[in-house]
Amino acid sequence: MSGVWISLDVWFPVVGIFLVFIALCTVRLFRGPTPADRAVAVDTVNTLTVAIMVLLGVAYQQIIFVDVAIVYAVLSFVSTLYIAKYLGGEM
Amino acid sequence: MDAIVIILALFLLIGVIFNGLGVLGLLRFPDLYTRMHAATKATTFGSVFTSLAVVVFGLWSYFRTVDGQFLTLAIHAFIATLALAITNAVSSHALARAGHKMGIKPMPAVCDKLEEFSP
Repeated sequence: MSGVWISLDVWFPVVGIFLVFIALCTVRLFRGPTPADRAVAVDTVNTLTVAIMVLLGVAYQQIIFVDVAIVYAVLSFVSTLYIAKYLGGEM
Repeated sequence: MDAIVIILALFLLIGVIFNGLGVLGLLRFPDLYTRMHAATKATTFGSVFTSLAVVVFGLWSYFRTVDGQFLTLAIHAFIATLALAITNAVSSHALARAGHKMGIKPMPAVCDKLEEFSP
């Protein structure tokens, strides 16, 4: 399978930088004064996680990771909508 | 070989820069709405660009070696990009609405014109 793949070595540094960004988002997740700030931080972490999964699918030459990224994006969207409904007092 | 590396590095650099600006805004801005403005828009743009780099890599590999798995990679990465772009906009709208219903005001607010329309 790996015979036709060309490894370009540009994916893993980007994944490392995104992991640093997730660690910085965790600061806002712990310090946020209101629950809505924490929800925004979780939403940002979800977006960065989807980007990391798409990049890792190329880096490890496993296309199934990209499908996991699609499902993760849709499920995190549903969870964020439920958190927003709960925070707005509509549940 | 070299041109594709330059294109991919450009896309990934744009993605990293915009994601970094979004996270910096999430950390440094004063209230909820400005944080949301930085975090959702900039990180959506950056993540779309890093996923488009994967799409370009898949299409380039497909046209180089006519192998079906690269076309699968490109199409699935494009679907992931589309899902990301749509769901981030809707979820940030819902979070802003929830923040307004919680009673969170913008930082130097003097009046709330939205309050008249939502009894």
